[in-house]
Amino acid sequence: MSKFSAMSLLKGALTGYKNVEPQWPDAELKSEYDVIIVGAGGHGLGAAYYLAKEHGITNVAVIDKGWLGGGNTGRNTTIIRSNYLYDESARLYDHAVDLWDGLSQDLNYNVMFSQRGVMMLAHNVHDVQSFKRHIHSNRLNGVDNVWLTPEQAKEKCPPLNIAANARYPVMGAAFQQRGGTARHDAVAWGYARAAAARGVDIIQNCPVLSIERGLDGSVTGLQTARGFVKAKKIAVSAAGGTSVVMDTAGVQLPLESYPLQALVSEPVKPIFPQVVMSNSVHAYISQSDKGELVIGSGTDQYVSYSQRGGLPLIEHTLAAICEVFPIFRRMRMLRKWGGVVDVTPDRSPILGKTPVQGLYLNCGWGTGGFKATPGSAHVFAHTIAKDEPHPINAPFTLSRFETGRLIDEAAAAAVAH
Amino acid sequence: MLLIHCPYCKEKLPELEFEYAGQAHIARPENPAEQTDAEWRDYLFIRSNVRGDHAEQWRHSHGCGRYFNALRNTVSDKFIATYEIGQACPTSHAEGEENNEQLES
Repeated sequence: MSKFSAMSLLKGALTGYKNVEPQWPDAELKSEYDVIIVGAGGHGLGAAYYLAKEHGITNVAVIDKGWLGGGNTGRNTTIIRSNYLYDESARLYDHAVDLWDGLSQDLNYNVMFSQRGVMMLAHNVHDVQSFKRHIHSNRLNGVDNVWLTPEQAKEKCPPLNIAANARYPVMGAAFQQRGGTARHDAVAWGYARAAAARGVDIIQNCPVLSIERGLDGSVTGLQTARGFVKAKKIAVSAAGGTSVVMDTAGVQLPLESYPLQALVSEPVKPIFPQVVMSNSVHAYISQSDKGELVIGSGTDQYVSYSQRGGLPLIEHTLAAICEVFPIFRRMRMLRKWGGVVDVTPDRSPILGKTPVQGLYLNCGWGTGGFKATPGSAHVFAHTIAKDEPHPINAPFTLSRFETGRLIDEAAAAAVAH
Repeated sequence: MLLIHCPYCKEKLPELEFEYAGQAHIARPENPAEQTDAEWRDYLFIRSNVRGDHAEQWRHSHGCGRYFNALRNTVSDKFIATYEIGQACPTSHAEGEENNEQLES
């Protein structure tokens, strides 16, 4: 596969890009693999890439019921930040931000990581206290996060309404400069391309029917729509569908799958410089490089696998956006969609081993998995290869729901994650 | 928007009047002091999260204020039945039977 460079771009431009080759082959399912990863989203493809690159395990398949990156990787609002409260979370999410920085070079694929900064608005005294606590905690953990007065916030983000009589008055904001956005599809494509180049098979449109276990309880392989395939290790990275897949292996999980909706406006010229989130009014917004405003809302209230949500939530979100940014009141929305997010009781992911030998689990990212993609994939690959967790993901066990050692990030995650 | 039939008000009303309240038919342990950690985990955290017919609780918070149960398909979001607290989960739906057995086990 050819390498992207300034020279290859120039050559392509001069020759009209007539000789673009496929970036990865549509692989045939082999009869046996060392590792099979269920779910070809950013997390799954990334884990395959790091397995091949850092652990030398290349007899790997990534298998998906749909097309690659077509689940939550292609449906999120691409926000990246690491300003989480607890030490465990700060380490995990900041590991991801460290890897985001340099990912394009690592993959030789432009993921358009833009550290434009993430601003979280405080609308009441509770928000102010909570965010300041987060800032202090973040700084102790080496995560950048600063407090902005309403005027400073307005200076950074001019469309913001900081009037004292606003429906949602802005009492200040927490600001993480290292946060930002990345191009979600490019993340899936970049990992797929780099993993395939190292020998990983990417199998699309092949639903997994069940995880098969042998007499000793350990995994033996997968029953798929294209027949049985043997595997020494199986790693499930299936987001909203995790409960269904894991149920076939006899593992019950503390997960509930909710619809999470997002929408985009018509494209306009650059007007919105940062990512702005408002947890207490349930809205977050940024502007894509194409010019669309990308707007996200909270989860619908009921469990669902429908990949679409209800309109009341969209109305609520847009009402909040119009109050906080009155300039957008006449903006027209182009489309909306939903994904299915798997939510844990403590709003922290489950990332590690399971009670079943040879079965590994990466799930429970809820409404905020995209930001963690490289970090999560990196430590998940370590867990699969070494059969023991990386120090960073060691606290994110499935057994914490039995021991009670929860990592309660409900305040950081809240509705907007 | 979902239209939900409240079994107490006997009326089909918009979702905005209702609050979702999680999986139904999870009984609180009768002897909390005797529960093991694993049993507490199962009671507090483990959920069926079925892709199919799901027995769940709703509250008519902007109406009669009462909790009731519902059987709803989580793929189509279609309500199969709503019924009062204390009543058994209806199993008339052909596909529902298998899932309901799983819920009870």
